[in-house]
Amino acid sequence: MPAPLLTVRDLKVVIGGRHILHGVDLEVAASGTTALLGRNGAGKTTTVRGILGLVPRTGSVLLDGEETVRLATHALVRRGIGYAPEDRGVFAALTVAENLRLAERPGAREPAYDLVYELFPELRQRARQAAGTLSGGQQQMVAIARTLLNGNRLIIADEPTKGLAPKVVTEVAQVLERAAEAVTVLLVEQNLAVVRRLAQHCAVLADGRTAHRGPTAELLADADEARRLLGVGRAGHGGTVGTPARTGTPARTAAHPAAPTAEADV
Amino acid sequence: MSTVVLLTLTGLGLGALYFLVASGLSLIFGLMDVLNFAHGALMSIGAYATWWAASGHLPGAGSGGVGFALAVLFGTAVGTAAAVLLELAVIRPLYTRPREQILATVGVGLAVPALLSAIWGADARPFPGPEALSGTFGLLGAEVPLNRLVLIAAAAVVLTALHLFLGRTRHGLVVRAGVEDRAMVTALGIDVRKAFTLVFAIGGAAAALGGAIGGLYFGSVDPAQGTSLLIFAFVVVVMGGMGSLTGAALASVAVGLVQQFANYYTTAGLGDLAVVVLLAALLLVRPRGLTGRLA
Amino acid sequence: MTTATPPRDQPRTAYHPHAARAGQMRRAARWWPALLLVVLFIAPYSALPLPGLLDGPIGSPGNLQLLALCLVFGGLATGYDLLLGRTGLLSFGHALYFAAGTYVTNTVMLEAGLPFAASALLGLLCGVVLSALLGAVSLRVSGIGFSMVTLAFAQAGSILVQRDPGGLTGGEEGRAAPADKLPASLVGIEHTANLYWLALAYLVVVVCAVQWAVRSPTGRVWEGIKENERRVEVLGLRPYGFKLAAFVLAGGLAALGGIVYLLLTGGATPQTTTSDFTLSLLVMVVLGGSGTRWGPLLGGILYTWADHRLGDLADSGAVAGLPAVVRVPLSQPLFLLGALFVAVIYLLPGGVVRLPTRLRAARAARATRATTDHVVTDHVTTDHVVTDHKEVPRP
Repeated sequence: MPAPLLTVRDLKVVIGGRHILHGVDLEVAASGTTALLGRNGAGKTTTVRGILGLVPRTGSVLLDGEETVRLATHALVRRGIGYAPEDRGVFAALTVAENLRLAERPGAREPAYDLVYELFPELRQRARQAAGTLSGGQQQMVAIARTLLNGNRLIIADEPTKGLAPKVVTEVAQVLERAAEAVTVLLVEQNLAVVRRLAQHCAVLADGRTAHRGPTAELLADADEARRLLGVGRAGHGGTVGTPARTGTPARTAAHPAAPTAEADV
Repeated sequence: MSTVVLLTLTGLGLGALYFLVASGLSLIFGLMDVLNFAHGALMSIGAYATWWAASGHLPGAGSGGVGFALAVLFGTAVGTAAAVLLELAVIRPLYTRPREQILATVGVGLAVPALLSAIWGADARPFPGPEALSGTFGLLGAEVPLNRLVLIAAAAVVLTALHLFLGRTRHGLVVRAGVEDRAMVTALGIDVRKAFTLVFAIGGAAAALGGAIGGLYFGSVDPAQGTSLLIFAFVVVVMGGMGSLTGAALASVAVGLVQQFANYYTTAGLGDLAVVVLLAALLLVRPRGLTGRLA
Repeated sequence: MTTATPPRDQPRTAYHPHAARAGQMRRAARWWPALLLVVLFIAPYSALPLPGLLDGPIGSPGNLQLLALCLVFGGLATGYDLLLGRTGLLSFGHALYFAAGTYVTNTVMLEAGLPFAASALLGLLCGVVLSALLGAVSLRVSGIGFSMVTLAFAQAGSILVQRDPGGLTGGEEGRAAPADKLPASLVGIEHTANLYWLALAYLVVVVCAVQWAVRSPTGRVWEGIKENERRVEVLGLRPYGFKLAAFVLAGGLAALGGIVYLLLTGGATPQTTTSDFTLSLLVMVVLGGSGTRWGPLLGGILYTWADHRLGDLADSGAVAGLPAVVRVPLSQPLFLLGALFVAVIYLLPGGVVRLPTRLRAARAARATRATTDHVVTDHVTTDHVVTDHKEVPRP
């Protein structure tokens, strides 16, 4: 197996005197999709924000062998990272086109608008619309489009399917699946069907630490382990999670979006 | 009728002055969450630099025509430089300590007027201006001083220029995005600190220009001028919504007019009082709606 | 007096290798406030000169007046820090409550002809009621909004005073206090010592009140509010009431200070109503050390002393001989204080009062490095410049 693209060692985050992360270890494989899993509050989003330097952190974050923990966020991102945050980070008062233009990196390679508009034809039609007036799914498309514009080496997507309608979940998953053919993806996701479909590898966090690392299929096959780590009530039953999602059509995934998720949000 | 015309134009002139100070304050607060207490000092620096140049100290500059334009340009440039220096030397090292940033600007806001009065005295100095701008013009029976028009024109130019900058340039785009969500701007690979310095430069330039032209309006410069204007500029910024340029422009006009009319038709001073009470009332009724970010 | 009560918690000194000596020091430190109080109390009897610090003997009326001012501002700053350092409220309108004490007392004496004691009581009451009313309104918004509303209210007060409605306030000139209404023992240059003791008493009252309040259960809630208001809410407490209590207590103490100031300066002047007055309180608190017991007091004394003495310094021969580049800035106390303030923010976070601790820590660190210089702990200081500070950590 080739060297991982991103190696996180002993990542610790303390905010306002509270220890949020106690030492997270994580590898993002050089290709394909790695999923970051865990129950709510396990520290998934903080891990991502810590990797990017959006929260003060200590430890080691190696991007392709280069230590980045001392870099400012913008400098790290310019080394080839696209980030679609949990709240989508779309600038509501700006138009769709302006949101995309912000992701351009002058001096770097030509922005890949062809790819973006091919994947999201809707965004071309809505280019002049204020992003705040878009639906949740459309905003997510803007967020993902921004990560695809730059020929990044790594895309970090934090719960891209959260709160979306089943049909849109499928669309987003399809786009990510296609993106992952060319780019490495670190995916934070609660929807296990999506995880199963996209991610070859996974890491599970619990209480601000890494609790498990390994192939996704192995984890999800072990019902007891999956339940213990992810708190999935019906993980082993009924076959919803057991359904081999890779063979399942997108339509089927979309038909039962709620059943296989570990979505504990209220 | 002539009184109303005069009051309106004077109020608009005053509003223009407020806008020149408030536009920068608003952008700076919107982008950086820094309430810049040194902004009045930047205005004073602009006023004094212009006065200094126009009094014949700067070759080529003077009190008339082109010379005065050069003096105003010089004053604006000095104010801009001071603002950039303030951002780089005082604000930037304190990025992780937002409250200290405000306190540091308080310190600068105290020190600069004191320095100005140490060098040129605490008393007001007569402000030289071109003959052409010292006269009045007749409008609907009122004799309106020309300097009101100069102020209004300057504010209109600045408003237009800022709109073009924010709407048409990439730097402007970064500023608008940063007002919404700074962290996300950096997460897109943009060094938002450059935008910080930029808005300080822009804000300093506008305030210094306000100082330079405000000298015409007041007819004199004194070290405390900028600071006493600052509170009304704060009122404008809060009323207009922190970070909103159009809001600041509208609020400037409203504050200027209310002040002039209330001061004239009721007791002197009641207008100033009305404005600050209005601020308190507005904040209490719509703490979030006004600014979106305040409460 | 409560100042003499030994401090319960020890100053956060760095680990000291000589435990025995530290114990001795601690025992000595326990009594220094009492000792200081005694020294301050007998100061008027002293003919000792403090060259450089004061002009002439300590007990001279001029020096006593300056010392009394220092003490009053030490008390004012301590009261103001109840908001800034203890509850985390950045008020820009503290001058209003101070001025309420001064102006109401003075105006009642002048206009209603009431004796001083009754007028002072009214002045204090007015300060308390005003801070309760305006605090109740201002505290409905938080963060910088609160600062702006307090600023607006204080500015309204300042404008009102300067416009001299009905000739009540005396406008720009202010109004002198009526000597015939004041107690005879507090009027005149020969009674400066009495005024000095009054100022000292005010300081002691403020320090005791603040200490008592901070140590009370309410004080612990204030601390919680300062650190994280939302966490206090989670505990089922409403921060609003607690913040209002701090605001009113601080306002009342400021009004009391205003009354003492009226006696001390013999009149009410509009300078005490301006936002600059509040800003100078802010400078004092930060200079000395916000949120500490003695910091604001020290800051108030230092600032007031510097403000007066730097003015004298500017006129002195020593400065007159300097080149203009140095002389001109030195002639303005406010410039020096402003610059000093900025310097303190950078170089001395925590204020002057933290200086000994920092020096000790630095010395200890140097000693540690000397012995174990191969151990390098990797304290990565991340440059999270753009992180939104208001953000609540997300799990």
